[in-house]
Amino acid sequence: MKKVYSLSLIMVLALSVFLAACGNKSDNASGGSTSEGKGSSDVKVGMVTDVGGVNDKSFNQSAWEALEKVQSAGGASVKYLQSKSDQDYIPNLNQFVKDGYSLTWGIGFNLADAIKTVAGQNPDAKLAIIDSVVDAPNVKSVTFSENEGSFLVGVVAGKMTKTNKIGFVGGEKSPLIQRFEAGFQAGIKAVNPKAEFIANYAGAFDKPDVGKAAAATMYNEGVDIIFHAAGATGTGVFNEAASRKKSGQQVWVIGVDKDQSLEFGDEVTLTSMIKRVDTAVEKVSQEVIDGTFKGGTETLGLKDDGVGIADTSSKNVPADVLKLVDEYKAKIIAGEVKVPDTVK
Amino acid sequence: MSKLMKIFTGDSFILSLVAIIMGLILGALVMLIGGYDPFEAYSALITRVYGDSYNFGEAIREMTPLIMTGLAFAFAARTGLFNIGGEGQFLIGMTAASIVGIHVQGLPVYIHAPLAVIAGAVFGGLWAAIAGYLKAARGVNEVISCIMLNWIGLYLSNMIINNFALLEGENRSVNIQPTASIAIGWLSEMMGNARVHWGTVIALLAAVFFYIFMWKTKQGYELRAVGFNQDASKYAGMNVNRNVVKAMFISGAFAGLGGAFTVLGVFGYQSVMASSPGTGFDGIAVALIGMNNPFGIILGSILFGTLTYGSAGMSFSADVPPEIVRIVIGAIIFFIAAQGIVRWVLKPFYAKRKKEKVL
Repeated sequence: MKKVYSLSLIMVLALSVFLAACGNKSDNASGGSTSEGKGSSDVKVGMVTDVGGVNDKSFNQSAWEALEKVQSAGGASVKYLQSKSDQDYIPNLNQFVKDGYSLTWGIGFNLADAIKTVAGQNPDAKLAIIDSVVDAPNVKSVTFSENEGSFLVGVVAGKMTKTNKIGFVGGEKSPLIQRFEAGFQAGIKAVNPKAEFIANYAGAFDKPDVGKAAAATMYNEGVDIIFHAAGATGTGVFNEAASRKKSGQQVWVIGVDKDQSLEFGDEVTLTSMIKRVDTAVEKVSQEVIDGTFKGGTETLGLKDDGVGIADTSSKNVPADVLKLVDEYKAKIIAGEVKVPDTVK
Repeated sequence: MSKLMKIFTGDSFILSLVAIIMGLILGALVMLIGGYDPFEAYSALITRVYGDSYNFGEAIREMTPLIMTGLAFAFAARTGLFNIGGEGQFLIGMTAASIVGIHVQGLPVYIHAPLAVIAGAVFGGLWAAIAGYLKAARGVNEVISCIMLNWIGLYLSNMIINNFALLEGENRSVNIQPTASIAIGWLSEMMGNARVHWGTVIALLAAVFFYIFMWKTKQGYELRAVGFNQDASKYAGMNVNRNVVKAMFISGAFAGLGGAFTVLGVFGYQSVMASSPGTGFDGIAVALIGMNNPFGIILGSILFGTLTYGSAGMSFSADVPPEIVRIVIGAIIFFIAAQGIVRWVLKPFYAKRKKEKVL
């Protein structure tokens, strides 16, 4: 008897949860998942982040802010899904594709294989990817000439260093991040051939503690300027610099992707190498809205304003150095200076 | 019938179920506080996982390695060992399967694929056996050595992939030979390209093996005896040290299989990983939910897989951040681990039961 009693109790509990879930379903089916976009446009743009998420203070965030801008302009309704592991990329992309989204973004080179697979399986879907090239007719690949932008901050570092030692902290050691290192090193060499250059890879984009340790080692060796291309790992570099600055040491960090002086303050941020992920995302999304979307590859460099240095640099960088930066920028655009894209 | 009834009214089953319900309720409360509609969110979660065949297939893909790492933890736990190294064993199994899948050539599919799977199991097992040997020979606490071996496993895997199998200019290995793949092509096509693979079948068989080995064989009896009381087992004439190494080997082999499935069935290549995938640690939670029982673990991984895979549905359709799902999972594990709370909630019902007995 008692067993029947407890069994029925469980059933009632389970049933009530189930019924409650069903009961509500009918009324959210109408107004449920639509986005709060102002526009009446039925264009929908989705975005899949890598494991960094949209608050990574780096390219995922830039991309999402750009999409939010598109949404508030009324052009499209937007949504993102964060991936918990690399196994999530394909299902997350498929979620958008199967829901009939007009464009699905994959943010970051880690999603290249997933985009390729999904694009092949859904030839009618439109996809786009940042930082990697996927060769498919329905995929737009946007890459940047990071080496050119890094060259410019290299010029700043080479001119501004007092100890003649300059450091670089990278995230994962991949061809993409090595483009930053190559350009940065070339920029330093161009203006200060005697400066010593140290590079270190943290091995991850989400490990601020490792970034902090790497920065501490470099500063201890006498480095006074560190350029980081390490996503959230770079937060640790900033923290280390900030605490040293407080104790009176003269050290700097060069930010990456966004104007990081807005995030970490002018006291430690010398300048930032800006990568206009936002412009690219906005532009391609607009192409979908306008109906002019075409697959293919687009590389944004200095001449397209795809990369560059932050506008707020003038706070810490003297005018003559900035003038030199402008000269080099003109030379790179004109093709007089060739910036290497691989580390020798 | 009465036997079936007994399973569903057994103490541990009720405790787990109530803990799960309490976890879901706590999650709902958190959602209410955050201003989200919990009913919409939970129904989105269920629809995402069981709504169409593609997502159902992908959810199974998510559950399969969890069964394996759950079995790995439970097997060691049944023998009195705390194998927290599922993560490292998973990675080593992955790497071994990749290397065999990539570099062994010219074999027919019915030899190559099983060979790669077995390589994953053996090397995962050997990786765990290191911790077992250290414990048996030198008395090193297996928790410490397993945690260290997790890190060594991560960087060793990356090193092996970087040096012996890297795809030029990419952050991953070259693809495995098609003969090493354990993906089920026809079923995958039927399910809208969901990445289903034979590993799921092997995982279910592994649970059966776990049960039979542990409770129906002499060796299993010895392992359990060592788990209950090492001194008594020694007195009874069992070789405790050998049993410790053996238990760790089998436990690691389960985790290694999970890793092998991920490479051979899901990706077809192995990425250079910045951090470990976390499947091994999730397996500990699954084993806890399943009360270290192989069939409980299957149920536990279904629950865990549903929640993690469905979380994307929650954020997609109901705009609930995936962190909330983590809170729900955390709450469920918390209630299962803290059984006292659940018993306290159930006390009124139990009291009534007792009265019945008196009558």
